[in-house]
Amino acid sequence: MNLDQLVFLAISGFTITAALAVVWSRNIVRSALALILTFLGVALTFFNLGAGFLGLVQILVYAGAVAVLIIFAIMLVMKPDPGTTNPTTPSRDTHYLGGLLAWLVVIGLGLAIGFTTWPSLPAGPVDDDAVGALAQLLLGNYVVAFEAAAILLLLAVVGAIILAKGADKI
Amino acid sequence: MENLIVDLARALTTWLQHLGLSPFWADLVLLVLQWTAIVLIITLNVLILVWLERKVSGFMQQRLGPNRLGPFGCFQTIADTFKLLTKEDIIPSQTDRLIFKTAPMFFIIVSVLLYAVIPMGQDMAVVDLNIGLFYFISVGSLTTIAILMAGWASNNKWSLLGAMRAVAQMISYEIPLAFSLLGVVMITGSLNLSAIVAAQHPFWFIILQPVAFVTYFIAATAELNRGPFDMPEAEQELTAGAYTEYTGMRWALFFLAEYTNLVAVSALAATLFFGGWQGPWLPSWIWIIIKTYLLMLVFMWLKWTLPRIRMDHLMSFSWKVLIPVSLINIVITGVGLEIFKGMRW
Repeated sequence: MNLDQLVFLAISGFTITAALAVVWSRNIVRSALALILTFLGVALTFFNLGAGFLGLVQILVYAGAVAVLIIFAIMLVMKPDPGTTNPTTPSRDTHYLGGLLAWLVVIGLGLAIGFTTWPSLPAGPVDDDAVGALAQLLLGNYVVAFEAAAILLLLAVVGAIILAKGADKI
Repeated sequence: MENLIVDLARALTTWLQHLGLSPFWADLVLLVLQWTAIVLIITLNVLILVWLERKVSGFMQQRLGPNRLGPFGCFQTIADTFKLLTKEDIIPSQTDRLIFKTAPMFFIIVSVLLYAVIPMGQDMAVVDLNIGLFYFISVGSLTTIAILMAGWASNNKWSLLGAMRAVAQMISYEIPLAFSLLGVVMITGSLNLSAIVAAQHPFWFIILQPVAFVTYFIAATAELNRGPFDMPEAEQELTAGAYTEYTGMRWALFFLAEYTNLVAVSALAATLFFGGWQGPWLPSWIWIIIKTYLLMLVFMWLKWTLPRIRMDHLMSFSWKVLIPVSLINIVITGVGLEIFKGMRW
């Protein structure tokens, strides 16, 4: 086993352990904090694959912003006793159904990954200016999709403000 | 003198390779040594900074400041450090112990990680990333979580209130912070901090981007939770915000991390707007230290001059003033760049 494989195994082990902690933790705030570790693990996987920009976006957007939003939402609606806020087995029937669904998703994904023929990229170091190439694509070829996504986000922000303040106060 | 530290590093690598280590392991040992040096410098530097802050505040308020231990009281912070190290480590019984203990560690680790990309002299960045500036912003955004962890785990309403204020403030001010750096990136055409320093050869970017510097400085003050934006700590109303329940060395770690962030943000400002390590006569690594210290003195000057701002004023200032101003700055920079290009051809 060479060093690359060892690094990959360490990162995936870290990510999976953190993901399991999200599911198994009894305390929902701890689950949310473990989710941040999972995001950081995914970012490390990106770094390991040479996609530094994507890894940093992962940290900035998910670990830095989305996770904080989740924690805020949890804190604002939390029950008084945080020790039992994340019940693992609410009832037996949904328990089995959930397990079945989860296995179906896992098997489906596994089959999909197994039967896809992946385009193989030429081996070698990644282009140093990946950010520039990404910007060329986003603001050149796909600029309409990019702008549409931007308008969608703007609408969501305006909608959130109107929902929170009430339409008559704007 | 100029290449002293770079030569030292190179000599060390060759010496390690002579010892029979492969280049990979030699680089790894060098990296470990570089990080150790950074951590040592940060820790020792905080001793000076705390002393300086107390002296500056004393000067502002027409007091003497620390003056008992050593000349000008300069051993005071060393004595304080020993006091903090030997203090009893108290963890209140109703806290979430795991998160309570990891919060200060997380904070200090994230703060130290910021130093990886800052060029502390010619060819002296630990990692010369081609997206260094973006790395700084994205890793810097993680400090929010450490404060949130500390505030929540303490199980104390003042701590939680302080943490909530800190998070609201830091997320709001992250946006103008990132936007004000975009002007510099547009002019340079690169996110690499060494390239940004190199692009400032004839004029510093403070001349081309004065508005961006002002918005960066204000947003950075808020990101650091320093006065006049120190609502999250507001001693008079929240005791110490998220740090209320911490004692001894754990509390000192937060303090250390805050000053570490102050140095990092000032060094970034010096790199982006004041020509980084460039300067006449003196070696490059002395210039960046001089510039960083001058900027930190401005931060201290502001903290001890201006009164604290109210929370709602603080938030509306970010959303209604800083973000529009920095957006207009980006537009003007873009138009200016196109006109400049047109004039050349």
